[in-house]
Amino acid sequence: MMRSPGLVLAIVGCLAFTAGLAAAVGHIAGTPAPVSLPDVVVDHLAASGVEHPVTAVLLNFRSYDTLLEIGVLVIAGIAGISMARTTSLEDPELRTTDSLLYALQRWFVPLMLMLAGYLLWAGSDRPGGAFQAGAVLAASGVMMRLGGIPMEFLRPGLLLRIGLALGFAVFLLVALASAFGGEAFLAYPKAFTKPLIMTIETLLTFSIAMVLLALFVSAPVNQAQEPEEGEQK
Amino acid sequence: MTSSLLYAFAGVALCGIGLFGFIRLRHLLRKLMAFNLMGSGVFLVMVGLAQRQGEPDPVPQALVLTGIVVAIAATALAVVLIRRYYHLSGQTTLDESPKEPSQ
Repeated sequence: MMRSPGLVLAIVGCLAFTAGLAAAVGHIAGTPAPVSLPDVVVDHLAASGVEHPVTAVLLNFRSYDTLLEIGVLVIAGIAGISMARTTSLEDPELRTTDSLLYALQRWFVPLMLMLAGYLLWAGSDRPGGAFQAGAVLAASGVMMRLGGIPMEFLRPGLLLRIGLALGFAVFLLVALASAFGGEAFLAYPKAFTKPLIMTIETLLTFSIAMVLLALFVSAPVNQAQEPEEGEQK
Repeated sequence: MTSSLLYAFAGVALCGIGLFGFIRLRHLLRKLMAFNLMGSGVFLVMVGLAQRQGEPDPVPQALVLTGIVVAIAATALAVVLIRRYYHLSGQTTLDESPKEPSQ
């Protein structure tokens, strides 16, 4: 049976790509690492202000990445919102009467809010942190939205803008303040390391949850509001 | 050959499968999922390769954690864009002619 040459080409190309990647991974695995990063992290953990290595890397040693990451998130959120129709934010069709969802909501939303708070706090000395807490917070927001709970702050306006930008803005402010204060960009002052990291993490949690929730909400729900361009041809 | 390396090679396989899907699948949502599969493969390679000595390495783990959150946001943005595209054009593929090329 004759198959299209495109399919054969794709299979051969993907196999070659996989083989090349596997060879690269095998080569890297075969060469010993010149520096042991875990040891370096452990050596400097005391200076980072937190006790968990991943949180220390995220918010102190490589905080530049985290700063850029929340920047990317804010941009993605803004782009998503700009695609949305504001009318779909309060769609009456979303007001469900499903009793199971209501019951779940009553039990889960407070629990999930508590869990988000715990995860945020736990990040300083065990697995957890702003990203996990933000994800849980966003998930509880999605649940509340599916249950039709009105969330006024998600309408485009001042509150939404502040919520989206807060984490990034404060992070950037701390970075610039330390740069102008004579230290390096993003080097926290020694005395305030832990409180600064906790503040940034808390605000990051809110902003991450806000971005994810806004992206969820901004998918256009009711399609019949505008005349469709596709219909006119 | 440790079990961490097994994760890395599983990530390599995921990358290959994802690339194939990304090239061959026509539906935009499937393309997006294939692309995400490639991303997951990259995460597996990073984490698996870094802990081949046995102990987990916090630096790639933090980078992957950052990457996961960015990937979620990018995926959500892509879904919004795909829905908008479908809304405007009525198509789920990028082709002008939805006809399958024969032979």
